[in-house]
Amino acid sequence: MKVLQFWLSHRAELIALIGQHVLLVAISTLVAVAAGVPLGIFAARRPRLSAPLVGIANLVQTIPSLAMFGFLLPLPLLGGVGPRTAIVVLILYGLLPIVRTTIAGLQGIDPSIREAGTAMGMTRGELLRQVELPLAMPSIVAGIRVAAVVGVGSATIAAAIGAGGLGEYIYRGLSMVDSTVILAGAIPAAVLALLIDTGLLWLERGLASRRRTGTRRIAAAAATVIAIALVGSVTIFSGRRAAIVVGSKNFTEQLILGEIVAQAIERETGLTVDRRLNLGGTLICERALASGDIDVYVEYTGTALTAVFHQPLAGDSSAVLQTVRDSYARTGRALLEPLGFNNTFTILIRGDDGRRFNVKTIDDAAVHAPKWRAGFGYEFLERPDGFPGLSKKYGLRFAEPPRVMDLTLTYRALASGQVDLIAGDATAGLISALDLFPLEDNRHYFPPYDAVPVARAATLMRHPEVRRALTSLAGAISAEDMRAMNHAADAGRQDPAKIARDFLDRR
Amino acid sequence: MPAIQFDAVSYTQPSGARIFDELTLGVDAGEVLALVGRSGAGKTTLLRLVNRLAMPQSGRVMVGERDTREWDPIRLRRSIGYVIQDVGLFPHMTVADNIGVVPRLENWEPSRIQARTRELLDLVGLSWDTHAGRWPDELSGGQRQRVGVARALAADPAVLLMDEPFGALDPVTRAELQREFRGIQKRLHKTVIIVTHDMLEALSLAHRVAVLDEGTVIACDVPERIVQAADPRIRRLLDAVTLKVRPDA
Repeated sequence: MKVLQFWLSHRAELIALIGQHVLLVAISTLVAVAAGVPLGIFAARRPRLSAPLVGIANLVQTIPSLAMFGFLLPLPLLGGVGPRTAIVVLILYGLLPIVRTTIAGLQGIDPSIREAGTAMGMTRGELLRQVELPLAMPSIVAGIRVAAVVGVGSATIAAAIGAGGLGEYIYRGLSMVDSTVILAGAIPAAVLALLIDTGLLWLERGLASRRRTGTRRIAAAAATVIAIALVGSVTIFSGRRAAIVVGSKNFTEQLILGEIVAQAIERETGLTVDRRLNLGGTLICERALASGDIDVYVEYTGTALTAVFHQPLAGDSSAVLQTVRDSYARTGRALLEPLGFNNTFTILIRGDDGRRFNVKTIDDAAVHAPKWRAGFGYEFLERPDGFPGLSKKYGLRFAEPPRVMDLTLTYRALASGQVDLIAGDATAGLISALDLFPLEDNRHYFPPYDAVPVARAATLMRHPEVRRALTSLAGAISAEDMRAMNHAADAGRQDPAKIARDFLDRR
Repeated sequence: MPAIQFDAVSYTQPSGARIFDELTLGVDAGEVLALVGRSGAGKTTLLRLVNRLAMPQSGRVMVGERDTREWDPIRLRRSIGYVIQDVGLFPHMTVADNIGVVPRLENWEPSRIQARTRELLDLVGLSWDTHAGRWPDELSGGQRQRVGVARALAADPAVLLMDEPFGALDPVTRAELQREFRGIQKRLHKTVIIVTHDMLEALSLAHRVAVLDEGTVIACDVPERIVQAADPRIRRLLDAVTLKVRPDA
């Protein structure tokens, strides 16, 4: 029911995503056929070659698709964020089944039939076209069927590198922990896979019956796919890039920030903005920014320092900001002004306790801690820069050793009184929703993770108005604002685009 | 000059087995020559030398007064009809399409191909209406073999090579097809080499019978004289026939 409502309210987007998905699969399968069938023909006649070739194709198949996208991203021409890379990956995956079944189909032909053709005076080409290929065709179509169905599945992963398709919903649903959105993407993908499977099976049967209908069917099917792929390639490869492309990582807060940045630019400048939200992580965003596939995304200073520039975390927020700004400037990027909140670890207690004991800082809490119980996620408990360092810095002692629990459960454990103090995410939507109180890190133990837009310097040079739009967001989003928006998305199931619109309207 | 002439042909298989040693044999135009011999005597290989599916290491094979080495193999094969042991009909083509293969390769007009196909179906005792649209797996063994003969004759080749054409058939069908073959040959006068392990078939179909043994032709003569041969190797082949003819003996 919920899924139906979601589809109805996202009709246009759903159709666009299905279209993108079909295109990705159609183009990549077509190219895989165009390359795989000749390769299979070539290899079938050279047994010494066919074994290693199938071996290599097998190897390619075993590379996890996400890893393959990762390998390809930094490559010139093939790589980059967007459908091009996705198509290259899908082609590589499609090649194996097609090459293998082409070889199998050709090698499975009765030698006496081949001999009959040769003895009747067929040239190699005539033998191939009139005898071998028609006889191998059911087998080849079976390979194409496998390639296309695998392609529908792999194409959902392509959303991680901004290629669009139904994976968008799946990733969005995963990051928002919303099964309705996951299903909204997964169901049409499954239906698509079934339709393609059935369609090609019908074709395969037509061919296997060796009747004329087979030829007619194959012509009809080929014409359809080629038409789709042609129209699609034109839109993908010649389609004009929007003036500005905004990226984001693949979790709720990033989706909202990506929308805020995109809409702010649209409102302030009137430029067309493309969204490549939901990119699969810091590294992919960084590479996309470096290669120019995206122009801007929101990064956190602590993450930039450690994950992008590989430097140790040290110093306070302004020192880290300065280091990161300089490092970006040296590599052709510009760090803009912080948005106003710090997405770091935060120590939380119940709002009640905070008011009752007048506790505002971690130092204040250390006084009461010997009467309290604490609950932490496993990683926070073990990492030297987690609880061990924290307890040393503040002299924290609890009534009993801290309990280990799943990070996402700690908020509810605190609210329900199972524990009295937890370490959480400073912008977690549940903080406001459950009336939890974030304590001030008055001794500056936790490193700063200030959210700051980072953009390509060249883009800002070309469009100074984009810099103005991004600067207008400086200090505009408080931790409380961010928590509320995260909560609206996670618990309220609101669309990140709508949350961003509401936020900008309120300002 | 014979239509087909083997001149001191030696042939060794890729595996190293010596099949022919300086074999010499001629087939006249319009003549039916039967090749007999025990299994493994190289009968099929001799046919393959004619249409250049195999090439001799020394000596030469002349077809139409030209060395097969000088022939374009594609042209050579299209001018020779070939009827294969296990028929080799293309399973993805109808009977009519199978018969029309060589004419299509030769770019005949579709109307001419159809007329020729009708004529050939009639010649081999099948009818256009009931058989032309059939698929090979819908035919009986005898019907398949008839289509095989029709296909070999399609482009009206001067030479016909037949490798155990009636070998897989039941005795009644075989006798029927042999009779029809004699009828066809009376009308068409092709130069025919027919390979068979059945001496009786050889004696009843051929103008001359060539006996292959150990890589050479040990006898090549008209049936009447072959039957009277004293050579024990030929007698053994004949005795097998005698046993068949008189099972009560």
